[in-house]
Amino acid sequence: MQTIDLSKVGLRETNKMLQAQSAETNQTSWEIVNPRGSHAIACGLNAPIEVTIKGSTGYYCAGMNQQATVNIHGSAGPGTGENIMSGKIVIEGDASQYLGATGQGGLIVVKGNASSRCGISMKGVNIVVQGSIGHMSAFMGQSGNLVVCGDAGDALGDSCYEARFFVRGKVKSLGADCIKKDMREEHITFLRGLLDEAGIDADPSEFTRYGSARKLYNFHVDNAGAY
Amino acid sequence: MNNNDPKGIPQTTPRMSATFTRDVNSDIRRAAATGIYDIRGGGAKRKLPSFDDLLFMGASISRYPLEGYREKCETSVTIGGLHAENPIELDIPITIAGMSFGALSGPAKEALGRGASAAGTSTTTGDGGMTPEERTHSTKLVYQYLPSRYGMNPNDLRKADAIEIVVGQGAKPGGGGMLLGQKISDRVAAMRNLPKGIDQRSACRHPDWTGPDDLEIKILELREITGWKVPIYVKVAGARPYYDTTLAVKAGADAVVLDGMQGGTAATQDVFIEHVGQPTLAIVRPAVQALQDLGMHRKVQLILSGGIRSGADVAKAMALGADAVAIGTAALIALGDNDPKWEAEYNALGTTAGAYDDWHEGKDPAGITTQDPELMARFDPVEGGRRLRNYLKVMTLEAQTIARACGKNHLHNLEPEDLVALTMEAAAMAQVPLAGTNWYPGKPGTTY
Amino acid sequence: MCGIVGLFLKDRSLEPRLGEMLTAMLITMTDRGPDSAGIAIYGGETPGRSKMTVQSDDPDTAFSDLGAKLQDAAGGPVNVTVKSTHAVLDIPAGSTAKVRAALNEMGIRVMSFGDSLEIYKEVGLPKDVAARFELAKMSGTHGIGHTRMATESAVTTMGAHPFNTGPDQCLVHNGSLSNHNSLRRKLRREGIHIETENDTEVGAAYLTWKMQNGATLGEALESSLQDLDGFFTFVVGTKDGFGVVRDPIACKPAVMAETDQYVAFGSEYRALVDLPGIETARVWEPEPATVYFWSHNDTPTATEKAA
Repeated sequence: MQTIDLSKVGLRETNKMLQAQSAETNQTSWEIVNPRGSHAIACGLNAPIEVTIKGSTGYYCAGMNQQATVNIHGSAGPGTGENIMSGKIVIEGDASQYLGATGQGGLIVVKGNASSRCGISMKGVNIVVQGSIGHMSAFMGQSGNLVVCGDAGDALGDSCYEARFFVRGKVKSLGADCIKKDMREEHITFLRGLLDEAGIDADPSEFTRYGSARKLYNFHVDNAGAY
Repeated sequence: MNNNDPKGIPQTTPRMSATFTRDVNSDIRRAAATGIYDIRGGGAKRKLPSFDDLLFMGASISRYPLEGYREKCETSVTIGGLHAENPIELDIPITIAGMSFGALSGPAKEALGRGASAAGTSTTTGDGGMTPEERTHSTKLVYQYLPSRYGMNPNDLRKADAIEIVVGQGAKPGGGGMLLGQKISDRVAAMRNLPKGIDQRSACRHPDWTGPDDLEIKILELREITGWKVPIYVKVAGARPYYDTTLAVKAGADAVVLDGMQGGTAATQDVFIEHVGQPTLAIVRPAVQALQDLGMHRKVQLILSGGIRSGADVAKAMALGADAVAIGTAALIALGDNDPKWEAEYNALGTTAGAYDDWHEGKDPAGITTQDPELMARFDPVEGGRRLRNYLKVMTLEAQTIARACGKNHLHNLEPEDLVALTMEAAAMAQVPLAGTNWYPGKPGTTY
Repeated sequence: MCGIVGLFLKDRSLEPRLGEMLTAMLITMTDRGPDSAGIAIYGGETPGRSKMTVQSDDPDTAFSDLGAKLQDAAGGPVNVTVKSTHAVLDIPAGSTAKVRAALNEMGIRVMSFGDSLEIYKEVGLPKDVAARFELAKMSGTHGIGHTRMATESAVTTMGAHPFNTGPDQCLVHNGSLSNHNSLRRKLRREGIHIETENDTEVGAAYLTWKMQNGATLGEALESSLQDLDGFFTFVVGTKDGFGVVRDPIACKPAVMAETDQYVAFGSEYRALVDLPGIETARVWEPEPATVYFWSHNDTPTATEKAA
């Protein structure tokens, strides 16, 4: 286990060390202490290492993550895991807005609540939130899955493409072109797998599926009101 | 036509309205028929105050010209030396602006890379991500970071020579990218993670930051991911150039790219292009003023774009304080866009060479703004690259000719005092005196 | 654009440390706002007396003998405490309007007025502004602070936040209002004094105008959601407490933390990390288009949430 005191080592040196790890590294376990809400911690990683951050982080923690597992033992600031390509991010506390923005792959797990614009413009990432999420979540979501054990705020999935949303609690309102869909056996099976992977104990059959009505895929004047 | 009606009363000649012109009337009929706004490519087409309204004074008894060839006039410029370990060294102050793979064909992007590299300058990706063609053929590649984040990934980010955070562009300040279903081919769909054949909807703001205070943190993140090695540009339309330039610098930009309304787009609403934004002539002096007020002129570089067409435009932009220019539309024309040799096909599309702007339909006879394999095959990227290199060379020689006539041994030594204006608007916008006078509107210490 | 901090103390034993805690929070927000900084502190109320904080670019001349010069207008003794370019005037209660008029004649700027409010703001880095006014030594019950990155108006002393528009009322803002010019014209026509071209001052003036016309602070903040256009996180200070509201789009950041000892606000979590007990505090983000308000007063105004 390598321990880095961010307050002493500084951001650049910390990230340099973590980014220097490659697939062949035997330094697979890292711990960062005293994050003190700093920004861009452990961003741009590209190795199968595990990094645990003891405390709360600022903006863009684990941005553009590849292969690594990043655990945040605290709360996470805006844009955490933005553009994640692969790997895993686990947030013990709450996540601020834009969680997993434009993420293309991998898994993000939030034990607490996520805020507004959760999964905005998602492009393949899977996000599982044990608590609730805020408004405008998955805005323009293209692909990937957003799973919410609690409630969702206003305008869920506004203007989405093929991303899928599974919500167990209430949805305050659905966004443009986002509708309720059937939960079929294949969805329940898939969701069970995802919840297991996320380490969250919930019954998939209690979730409702939402997704695109696909009416905005090609412009029709009668849908002009939705724009 | 008989000017008298049967009763012998003279008829008046038919008079067209300057308000309801033929163009306007056809727009109204089109809207009534379709229920959707008109979408097209290109920049503002209407007549605007421009660099054509400025002239260089040249040499005289008090100012001596440089001889050609032997007496050097340098053209190189370094972009982004402020924070980056590896700034971009350009042989000429003319870069190729961002245009997406998707809007353009793969061979077109390859041609841009070939031509720019041969001329010692950079190209820029667009709203679709980095293609192997462009990275292979472009010796200096600027990677755009846009609201859509199509194709964005850290591996390509680390292959780039610079990163350009796009806040907006001159054709549509406040609009996002637009690509219609006709051009979402398999390859485009895969790169953008969209279903094939659908109309791409656009985000106009970045998904994970809003405002210069958050932009500063985003720039920090991008530097951390790329090891502080490459310059970060911020591109913005010429909306509020003084404030935008100031804020870009405060947020940490190494270079500011400013795009006037003559700047082209692949596709957006016509109303956006013609009625939002400012002429390129109007935006450069406020931006330079902002840099000077911050003590950052020449430390943070200003790249100006939007209707740059010739070495005269390059020289005028630099005289007003820009460090370099970017060309988009002009580069496409050099490659062969809107060439009269395809006139019959333009006519079949209901247009004519020089007016063709429905690039979003993907039917480009020149094979440049299309994804159709048959049309694409008409375009030879090697020949296209040669043509672009030639054009860049001519622009450079033209700018040097002008600069030598003004007695300058480097293009960046051109200054506003080398210029006069032909119109009140140009004088006011460029803060350059009307020819024959020492006055421009708003000159301090004067009233009228 | 900006960084905002706010601190409302529930635990009276922390009052001597208010300035110190707020100053530390302010300095962490320097990156968000390097142009200018300001703090509003509520403390030291004296019955029968009011306060004004004033500023001059030439303090040695302006403040010399100021107490004596103002005595007539004030109708009683005026005590002056000079702090660099600012001075705190202790004046008889009820004499505010006359003293303000006299100060205007002298060309001295009024930064704040009220019974307990003091505002200090200047151009410069937050740490320099704090040092200049010795903010870290101040005590009080609550306070708000702001670091500014100017967007569409000049970097000047008067352009800095907080803006004081009513007695003991002040406002700081992160964001960009898009209809501030029209609103400024309308409010000026209504007789509200607005000094700068800064969009935030319009926000403050709007709230004052609403309250002058009978609204409570809570009601004024609610109607601001209708009448103000653009992106904003507002933190307002009043005599008894402070309020927070975010616009419906809620893009500008806002983090709050609460313990038994305090309620705190920061644009970023970074601003809160050194607060006592932060590891176990309740940390949350205010919802969009919702007015939050905390008060020391037992009879709360509209839309109370906690404390």
